[in-house]
Amino acid sequence: MLTAQHVTAGYRDPVITDVSLSVRPGQTVGLAGPSGSGKSTLARVLALLHKPFRGVVSIDGEAVTKFRFGALQRTRIGVLFQQPRLSVDPRFTLRRAIAEPLRGNQERVEELADAVMLTADLLDRRPHEVSDGQLQRACLARALALRPRYLICDEMTTMLDASTTAALVGVIRAYQEETGAGVLAISHDSTLLGRWADETVRLQPHPVSGTGQRDLADAPTRNSPTTS
Amino acid sequence: MVNLEIDRLSVRFALPGATVNAVSDVSLRIRPGECVALVGESGCGKTVLASALLGFLPGNAETRGSARLGDTELLTATDHELATHVRGRQIGLIPQSPASHLTPVRTARSQLEEAARVLQGDADVAAQRTGLKPEHLDRYPHELSGGMAQRVANALALVGEPWLLIADEPTTGLDRELVDGLLDEFRRMVDDGRAVLLITHDLAAAQRIADRIAVMYAGRIVEIGPAAGVLGDARHPYSRGLVDALPDRAFRPIPGRPPLLTNLPDGCAFAPRCDQATAICEERPVLTDDPHAVACHQPC
Ligand SMILES: Nc1ncnc2c1ncn2[C@@H]1O[C@H](COP(=O)(O)OP(=O)(O)OP(=O)(O)O)[C@@H](O)[C@H]1O
Ligand code: SF4
Ligand SMILES: [Mg+2]
Repeated sequence: MLTAQHVTAGYRDPVITDVSLSVRPGQTVGLAGPSGSGKSTLARVLALLHKPFRGVVSIDGEAVTKFRFGALQRTRIGVLFQQPRLSVDPRFTLRRAIAEPLRGNQERVEELADAVMLTADLLDRRPHEVSDGQLQRACLARALALRPRYLICDEMTTMLDASTTAALVGVIRAYQEETGAGVLAISHDSTLLGRWADETVRLQPHPVSGTGQRDLADAPTRNSPTTS
Repeated sequence: MVNLEIDRLSVRFALPGATVNAVSDVSLRIRPGECVALVGESGCGKTVLASALLGFLPGNAETRGSARLGDTELLTATDHELATHVRGRQIGLIPQSPASHLTPVRTARSQLEEAARVLQGDADVAAQRTGLKPEHLDRYPHELSGGMAQRVANALALVGEPWLLIADEPTTGLDRELVDGLLDEFRRMVDDGRAVLLITHDLAAAQRIADRIAVMYAGRIVEIGPAAGVLGDARHPYSRGLVDALPDRAFRPIPGRPPLLTNLPDGCAFAPRCDQATAICEERPVLTDDPHAVACHQPC
């Protein structure tokens, strides 16, 4: 199980306060909440890319101590971000970007590219030579390359058309069936989460920090993830 | 205010050993007071079409056809002409993936204020119209959430009060409330006699504000017509498939793979994925010229 217990995290000020959440193997948990409520911050904490001020993250019972890109535990967690342009080295071809974590296992690259429906002609192009949706498919292939036990998808489909969204959700489901991986799916689109996730947790905006809140009056006194 | 007249526009990219046919023979007229939505699968050429209109294509691109904005031919205009007369003033662009277009070392405010100065617009008004709070503006790009970066890009495109706004996935990362606010803002612009070309994957958003919807497949417009007709009563099998893929419909992807733009068939490019394809589909269907036009030999 991937869990966050009583996590408080942010940048200058906390963005999320005392949030607990867990993802069981094989399960898909949806995470919803308004813009600025800290969904991406929580995603980065769970992906071990951002150290929380307080609280504990654990993977399959093991508490995480290192929040760094190179940390060994990170390989157990795959992440997909909202904007693929910011997460791929612009000098790499898509083939090389996917192969990077695989240390050159070309056969597996083809297999992964095939699963995400990247045609052969696209693999030899660089990020600026493909569309955002094509780049996002490459990012999914790269995220699955190390066979992560948990996959965190932060607004993965926000700029994808309906058909590509349905297809990529299908790819992730097939991967889960094969490996028993757990998935955290973050989205603004409640219809999508209703269709994709087994259950959905809602994050409320933080009342004191100025981060992303638009409507103080409606905000509850603290983050209270509620299961719907 | 003038029309944008796109006439048989094609864009190809030369790559080592291959040519990518990103946009083929697109004709489209956008009039003042009109919102046209452009939808289609990822990689079908939407962003390339927008880039061509603003002279933002990379060096390996080759264009054909024409795109006229009043008397200006956009495809042959010099970069200087586009920079001083068109971009931001006549045509505003909200680029896709805005975070990668912001200058990392300057705050959102300094970027917006500079644009306001150059384009003689009002930074505060633009910020307010796009749902930005003053405290968001004091941040550097890396301190902005995805949804905030999107709003900064939206404000940058609106600040020069362009008569045509090209918005490429402008609702990325925004929650429902912010999406609705932005769409209302677009609608106000259109009601005010301006025009909006909305490139979006969000069919509900397209339906809400577009007067017409154009569906693109493999670089061609395959269906175009009144918003309600195109989504509610799609005539092209591809458009049907796109609507059926929505999470509140069947959530079923269109079968088969996206087309190879380096090797398009002579006939209908959708044929390999179309369950209605017959022998006549080996000939390329042409777009009809009725108000709800379709390019298919056997429309639904
Ligand atoms: N510089 C380039 N060189 C070669 N091919 C390119 C280049 N830029 C884009 N392409 C190709 O042109 C096609 C159209 O790309 P475009 O970015 O317009 O797609 P899109 O419809 O905007 O997709 P998305 O919905 O994913 O944003 C794609 O197949 C892409 O791979
Ligand atoms: S022309 Fe033929 S193959 Fe193409 S969409 Fe129509 S029926 Fe299908
Ligand atoms: Mg695009």
